[in-house]
Amino acid sequence: MEDIITVAHGSGGKIARKLIENYIKKYFLCPELKTLEDGAIIKINSKKAVLTTDSFVITPYFFSGGDIGKLSICGTVNDLTAMGAEPLYLTCGFILEEGLKIANFIKILKSMKKTAKQAGVKIVAGDTKVVPKSKGDGIYINTTGYGELIDENLKISVLNAKPGNVVIITGNIGDHEIAILKDREGLKFSADIKSDCAPLNNMIKKLIKNKIRINVMRDPTRGGVAGVLNEIAKSSNVDIEIYEEKLPINKVVIAASSMMGFEPLFLANEGKMIIILEDKDAEKALKILRKSNLGKNSAIIGYCKKGNGIVKIKTKTGGMRILLQPEREQLPRIC
Amino acid sequence: MCLGIPAKIEKIEGDFAIADFNGIKRQISIQLTPDIKVNEYCLVHAGFAIEKITKDYAEEIKRYLKEIFKETENG
Amino acid sequence: MDNKSIKKLYNLINIESKKLKNKINLMEVCGTHTMAISRFGIRSQLPPKVNLISGPGCPVCVTPVSEIDKILEISEKENVIITTFGDMMRVPGTFSSLEEKKAKGKDIRVVYSPIDALEIAKKNPDKKVVFLGVGFETTAPSVALTLKQAKKQKIKNFFILSFFKIIIPPMIALCMDKKLKLNGFICPGHVSAITGAKIYKILTRKYKIPCVVIGFEETDILTGIYMLLKQINNNKPEVEIQYKRVVTYQGNLIAQKILKEVFKKIDSIWRGIGEIKKSGLALSKKYSQFDAEKIFSFDISYSKEKKGCRCGDVLKGIIKPVQCPLYKKKCTPEKPVGACMVSSEGTCAAYYKYGEK
Repeated sequence: MEDIITVAHGSGGKIARKLIENYIKKYFLCPELKTLEDGAIIKINSKKAVLTTDSFVITPYFFSGGDIGKLSICGTVNDLTAMGAEPLYLTCGFILEEGLKIANFIKILKSMKKTAKQAGVKIVAGDTKVVPKSKGDGIYINTTGYGELIDENLKISVLNAKPGNVVIITGNIGDHEIAILKDREGLKFSADIKSDCAPLNNMIKKLIKNKIRINVMRDPTRGGVAGVLNEIAKSSNVDIEIYEEKLPINKVVIAASSMMGFEPLFLANEGKMIIILEDKDAEKALKILRKSNLGKNSAIIGYCKKGNGIVKIKTKTGGMRILLQPEREQLPRIC
Repeated sequence: MCLGIPAKIEKIEGDFAIADFNGIKRQISIQLTPDIKVNEYCLVHAGFAIEKITKDYAEEIKRYLKEIFKETENG
Repeated sequence: MDNKSIKKLYNLINIESKKLKNKINLMEVCGTHTMAISRFGIRSQLPPKVNLISGPGCPVCVTPVSEIDKILEISEKENVIITTFGDMMRVPGTFSSLEEKKAKGKDIRVVYSPIDALEIAKKNPDKKVVFLGVGFETTAPSVALTLKQAKKQKIKNFFILSFFKIIIPPMIALCMDKKLKLNGFICPGHVSAITGAKIYKILTRKYKIPCVVIGFEETDILTGIYMLLKQINNNKPEVEIQYKRVVTYQGNLIAQKILKEVFKKIDSIWRGIGEIKKSGLALSKKYSQFDAEKIFSFDISYSKEKKGCRCGDVLKGIIKPVQCPLYKKKCTPEKPVGACMVSSEGTCAAYYKYGEK
């Protein structure tokens, strides 16, 4: 019989211990985790620290360009990164559904290990619970992240966008959500597209080390670029004007969007950052970003203006329209 | 009231065809456009080709614009 | 398309509009046109004499609450899978919506094509699979062909709840409406691909209203508006096709034939407009075995349209969304009251999404 997760794996007994020893510890081993205490002792300097947490629920949990494990590392690493922090430690909580194949669990753990290594973070504590069959979608993961500010003089906040600031996105828009839809049962289309899921900390660190004056950073996950820009505009009380022709978008994402009636600016991304910075630093920042493989399609997409929290988009042919906050998940439509 | 997306026919299998929507591939029904051939274009709605597009899309737009501008210059 | 051509087109429209005696109303019947017009920001760039109003061409918007209640009732029955286009998921019935039913554990699936719904039926022979048929002449043939296939393959567990409507009867009703002063129709592009432009002949001949079948690119729409202005100024109402790359005068004859075979015309209620004679499509006798109306029983005596909602006047183009007391207040895309806000191509949703006034 194939190895699968059973309720016993969540019981706290011997089988549960084995799951941790044989699999989780094996992949995430580091001195802080080694003794499997109730918590990990980590070294905190006198630096300013950043703490964040995020839970990951996705169907299917393996998808083109990633899986739920990779996503759970990237999501939390990118949240820390967006605060201007260097991500150092993660904890992870698994909620496993009875019946999950152990082989799939291992694949996810391996992927987490690889991504954590790429990002340079350690996974130092964790928890596993098992829920009965049909009470979950195979696997849910929560990760909590700890990081420290790279430059304490840098005030990165959603409140800090100023008129004249430049808006940069670090690459193509919408790849993640279209890739997920492609892999999901139901819509039955095929396309050469992968999720952009990636840890952005190493690339962003270069900007900060090069003294780029960043005022706001946000990763446009759910709610997409439109969601993030609206939040920034409202919080900072500026208008943001973006240009349709400057938006980096893969032609496959455009095609899928027109086929299903989606607004690409509402689509989720998992490996992109929106950066709002002083205009004098924009070109230099762009140069640094484009050197990185994850940022090679970086582009200046717009500017902040004096105003009161409205995001506008200038169409390719000169029309101007308001870009609202997406209300909720988009559904494919025929009208 | 109805989204219609142009697609290129890549392969025909009976009443169905694989259509390329500029990088997205999907099976569609071609029962409403039975004489369509591989490499020809059609307009797709809800998974059905509803009409053949006989001319090159962009070319036609160019052509009618040229017509209308010429007409007004002369008039 | 290039900026220069767009500017030129606006310029032509401007020049032509100067010859107009009065302010004119052009109605875009089709919701996809409403969306495109909003997305390109066309309304704000037209001369003040040219007013665009949005018509009843969004299937989600014109489906009455009582019909939504029917599908919601079916979703409550045992061993049923509801399949639908994404458009219908959030449309509120009297008490609930398909989205809410799904959240409560009912088996409701969004499909891209009716063919996919038939596949679901084949894979689940022990369940009754119901497809919610909404739309106009563009969509109805796809369902007709799917039913033909179901019949050929002797599939017994696939059913259609047909809310299909045809577009000409409400256009005639609008021509006769005294409150409205229509000067031209921007005719729907994709319906016309099926029906042919010939269906609009009655509008130009009997009601003297210019009709142009228009495509969905910015240059298409501007060119079409220019053609309408010229017709109005020359006082020669006729049916013209701007969208020639897709639409012919005769239309798709195969589709027209299959529509006749699978459907029959019935009187139908349009949300906010009321009953219009012979404006709906129900399954014909030959296909009645697939008719969900005949398989399931409903009691929808509780059905009620929401109070205060002025979708009807919006659908007829009598008021703009901002003039409805609920718009942006009680009625938002997040929590829609009226159907015009539910459908992303609904007039209210389009105005909301693109911040139009």
